[in-house]
Amino acid sequence: MQNHLLTILILLPVIGAATTVVYSLTPGSRESHYRWIALGFTTLAFLLSLLLIKGGGAFSTFVLEENYSWIGAVGARYHVGVDGISLWLVLLTTLLMPIAVLSSWTAITKRQLTYYALMLLLQSAMIGVFVSLDLLLFYLFFEASLVPMFFLIGIWGGERRIYAAVKFFIYTAVGSLLMLVGIIALYLIHQKATGIGTFDYTVLIETLKTNAGVISPRAEFWLFLAFAFAFCIKVPLWPFHTWLPDAHTEAPTAGSVILAGVLLKMGTYGLLRFNFGLFPNASRQFAPIMITLAVIGIIYGALVAMVQPDVKRLVAYSSVSHMGFVVLGLFSFTEQGMQGALYQMLNHGVSTGALFLFVGMIYERRHTRMISEFGGLARPMPWFSALFVIASLSSIGLPFLNGFVGEFLIMLGSWTSAAVNHTWIVTMLAGTGVIWAAVYMLWMLQRVVFGVKTSEANAKLLDLNAREVALVLPLLALMLFMGVYPAPFLNRSRASVVATQQLLNPNATRTPAVAAVPKPEKAQ
Amino acid sequence: MNNNHLLSLIIFVPLAGAVINWFVGRRLRNEQFIGLIACASVGISTILSFYFAFKSDGALRSTQPIMDHLWTWIQVGSFRADFGLAMDRLSGIYALFITFVGLLIHIFATGYMRGDSGYYRFFAYLNLFMFAMLTLILADNFLLMFVGWEGVGLCSYLLIGYYLDKEEAAPAAKKAFIANRVGDWGFVLGIMLVFFLTSAKGHASISFFDKPAQGVISALQTIGLMNPDSFALSTLWAGGITSVAVLLFIGATGKSAQIPLFVWLPDAMAGPTPVSALIHAATMVTAGVYMVVRCSAIFTHAPTAMFIVAVIGAATALFAATIGLAQNDIKKVLAYSTISQLGYMFMACGVGAFVAAIFHVMTHAFFKAQLFLGSGSVIHGMHHEQDMRRMGGLRKYMPITWLTMCAGWLAICGVPIWAGFFSKDEILWKVWSAGSFNMPGGAAKALWFVGAVTALLTAVYMTRLMVMTFWGTERFDVTQTVSLHDAEHDTHESQTNSLHNSHTPHESPLSMTIPLIVLAILSTIGGLVGVPYAISSLVGGHPENYFEQVLAPVINPVPSTAAGGENGAQPLHWLSPAPQPTDGKPAVAPVGEAPGAASSEEIPNPQEINEERLLALVSVMIALTGIGIGWFMFQRKPLLAMPRLLENKYYVDEIYDATIIQPIKVGAREGLWKLFDIGVIDGTIHTIGGAVVRFGQTIRYMQFGYVRAYAAIILAGAVIIIGYFAYSGAHVLRFLVR
Repeated sequence: MQNHLLTILILLPVIGAATTVVYSLTPGSRESHYRWIALGFTTLAFLLSLLLIKGGGAFSTFVLEENYSWIGAVGARYHVGVDGISLWLVLLTTLLMPIAVLSSWTAITKRQLTYYALMLLLQSAMIGVFVSLDLLLFYLFFEASLVPMFFLIGIWGGERRIYAAVKFFIYTAVGSLLMLVGIIALYLIHQKATGIGTFDYTVLIETLKTNAGVISPRAEFWLFLAFAFAFCIKVPLWPFHTWLPDAHTEAPTAGSVILAGVLLKMGTYGLLRFNFGLFPNASRQFAPIMITLAVIGIIYGALVAMVQPDVKRLVAYSSVSHMGFVVLGLFSFTEQGMQGALYQMLNHGVSTGALFLFVGMIYERRHTRMISEFGGLARPMPWFSALFVIASLSSIGLPFLNGFVGEFLIMLGSWTSAAVNHTWIVTMLAGTGVIWAAVYMLWMLQRVVFGVKTSEANAKLLDLNAREVALVLPLLALMLFMGVYPAPFLNRSRASVVATQQLLNPNATRTPAVAAVPKPEKAQ
Repeated sequence: MNNNHLLSLIIFVPLAGAVINWFVGRRLRNEQFIGLIACASVGISTILSFYFAFKSDGALRSTQPIMDHLWTWIQVGSFRADFGLAMDRLSGIYALFITFVGLLIHIFATGYMRGDSGYYRFFAYLNLFMFAMLTLILADNFLLMFVGWEGVGLCSYLLIGYYLDKEEAAPAAKKAFIANRVGDWGFVLGIMLVFFLTSAKGHASISFFDKPAQGVISALQTIGLMNPDSFALSTLWAGGITSVAVLLFIGATGKSAQIPLFVWLPDAMAGPTPVSALIHAATMVTAGVYMVVRCSAIFTHAPTAMFIVAVIGAATALFAATIGLAQNDIKKVLAYSTISQLGYMFMACGVGAFVAAIFHVMTHAFFKAQLFLGSGSVIHGMHHEQDMRRMGGLRKYMPITWLTMCAGWLAICGVPIWAGFFSKDEILWKVWSAGSFNMPGGAAKALWFVGAVTALLTAVYMTRLMVMTFWGTERFDVTQTVSLHDAEHDTHESQTNSLHNSHTPHESPLSMTIPLIVLAILSTIGGLVGVPYAISSLVGGHPENYFEQVLAPVINPVPSTAAGGENGAQPLHWLSPAPQPTDGKPAVAPVGEAPGAASSEEIPNPQEINEERLLALVSVMIALTGIGIGWFMFQRKPLLAMPRLLENKYYVDEIYDATIIQPIKVGAREGLWKLFDIGVIDGTIHTIGGAVVRFGQTIRYMQFGYVRAYAAIILAGAVIIIGYFAYSGAHVLRFLVR
């Protein structure tokens, strides 16, 4: 079983979806049972995915690989595997899925069969994205993840769900189609150079690494852009972010959790895996632009988050800011920055996922997300308030909670980076993002949790029930653990991150210009 | 190096107390149990601190720090941050007074908070604060220090916002956290620059200490061996040691409420009074001073930064003292007084008088905690009245509070014998005699003058506070007339109205008065551990300045001009083994230490001694004059109107709001969000994708079955997009493959 673990992880949710459908056809099926099936399969997938940690060893290379011919005519293969980078993203996915299912328990009342089936299919696609080592296979999963999410937003979303769903779809589909063009071009380039047509990432990367002339700088430039465009929309990097607030806000709670927790990471994962791996020279070339956009995104996202009247929209814009940090870390090309970026991807999934869950809980109670409608929740809902505050603190990067480790490493990496000049200006500007984070989160907390109650409806709200506590408790425990003891995570991703970093710049970090500091004058 | 794993108990016992009170105390709702857990946990920390400080090879008796390495927190590449604790002489002194004063305040709070519905919550936060504060102090590296640094900020946030029903509490809490965050921005960048500089020297580290077992070399030592920066403006942004020092100092201005980030501290008085005493007077706000002194190796290599520290400190001291003159809320007066005293400490740091700064931190912890708790006792006795205009004549009703507060009052004014005199006098003397190392000519004397004026103002406003509260006519029945005078500050009116009239002021219970008495005694005699030679030699007795001798080995001294001439600015190996101060005199010349440097501090020349004595006399005159002015101005007219400008705190809050907060808020809302996000970006997208979106909307109105409608949209969108890219992509493809 160990050898086919990845395939099992991809297929298990599909089987789950099929089971749900089959069950619905059996006589005497009850709508309230679908969620149990979904919960069972997602939990099973999570438990199985834990075997990855054990089975992987040091993760210095791809492990648990499976490699079969898929579409022989074009050389496309079913090639999957995990390394220290994708490992954690797979685990993040499998962890968030049962939580997402559980969060839909009472919130989803219409078309439950379709809903849970789509959720399971979505999981399959997401895992596929992170383990695919064949570009065509990757593309398939990348696109496949779009469709269930489109329906999740469009059917179970809020008032402007159609607008949001279409915007989300158009935005991301445009990007990924460009990537398809890039993938095909890469295939043709490789075929022309070596006579072998392949989409296999490991083969492509080996060819590109050994024969420098295979790909012309101009081609690399355009191919980088084609891939990066798809991923930057997904991240989303400023200024391609405007689909995100709408999609996040209109999506049902579980959709927001998955969207923020996993789907956005496909973008940064793609940059790290494919753009860096396949086009290292172009990556270096584009670093200043990417870092500039990332820093703008950090500050812009935070400032716009600050003035949102809607809690969910506030959290959505905060994602723009946090994901800006991730891109900044990636394009610093330093070990600290890239490790921090990977860690921040996980942190963001955990923290923002939790925040969306909390927003969903008060939405279920009050059917509004407007900040002005809330206030003084600390009295009627002490547990909710305490846990919500902890999740918010994690999001603003309080030390000993997870966000701090990632952001600190990213900033450290960006300061010592050789990718751009004046790294200290970049870091100082990015660092203000941490101040803004405190501003928008605490201001929101002040108006929602603390303060004086603004509406009588708030005084009678019920505190969290056992299911809701069970939802967020694993995430909160993880926040604390990842903040206090990040070693298990960082150690397993080190080798893979360093390998990627070495592809990018063989001779690493810049040394400081100490000589520029004026020497003290000798006393007379 | 001594390793001792019990050291971590000092921080973890209060953490355990917090956890127990949060989970168990919440259930039990038993005030005795909660109070016992809270006080016992801090009590154990106190005992452990004293044990580790004074045992035979304790932190204060040996030059080797006691270390406790727990686990490696973050390790990526050459960057490494441990969860490791260390108690050396500096952190030992801090741990002593933090745990001890903290314990007294915990005991006080058991009485003060009696009957509050959030009793368990209050003590859980307070214990959590002790954990964070002790982590800050005992951290063996910058990043763990930062953990404590933000941790105390969090507890401060939670405790300022403790009163959920108080309208001004939540905004005040947020303001405190954000102002601190602005400072923390500088601190974090400073840490990164430390790492950057030490990496360049080949010893990448952010540790304060050498840790041979972990292969860690002290970053402070690495920087200490580098050449000092020159005294020039350009060094500020050169990315060298001066930049580090300035960034770290930005952190200190946030935590220790210095210009320009001091605005949060007065508002923080919205929290319960024991919190004001513990966090916003005695311990947390002095963390900035601790950090600067801990980094003395960095600051002494950055004369420009030190000059900035001195100037900011002096400016804050004077600025806050003038505002303190005109406040009517008893806690606000003390808050501005705290800001002013913190300014004093930074002024001392800025001239290289690190020992004097720490000395003042300690005495200030005694007398300011005393004054705050005293004010808490008054507020308690007055049934939550904080406006001094409605007090007066209280010494009859609250004799113990009055007497003990007199000790605090005399101490802060700087009357001889009381603790504040020695520390304040030492700062003024060190400022006066500061060398030309980091000062333009005459600056030292100007700073001294500012310090002296501040001392005068301090004596005046503290006398005003005492007179308005304890002497004069009893004004607690005349609410209405006072309100007519000035309706502006009466934020507590709603609370007081209901509580008034039916009660007379009363003395506080024993749990509150005992801490007051202990702190009053400490305020009276606590300064005797640091009597300077110039004064102690007057009376014979012991001529040693114990405090200075303890701290000297862990402080990087300012290079004196004379030493600079002889052998350049050779840095001292202040971490190297120094002599055991068994009888105060060094047994052997410390290894690696310049022989002249150590002795020059201990035997000052006669001329200097005379000058120091003269200045001490001046200080005494200033203090007495201030008390006299205060007495005669406010004894007869306690409600004397103060200048509007001062009463409104120079309108600093209003200016910040108009020039920074509002423009950012409006710009973000109208400019970034509505104009750029919705207008420009979405506008463009809509134009491009307009057809598709319109198609989708049409379908929505047509009320198709859901699924089919979306399928149609997807199909249409996909066809359009693929068509477009097939058309334009063909060119690209041809070009790429060529």
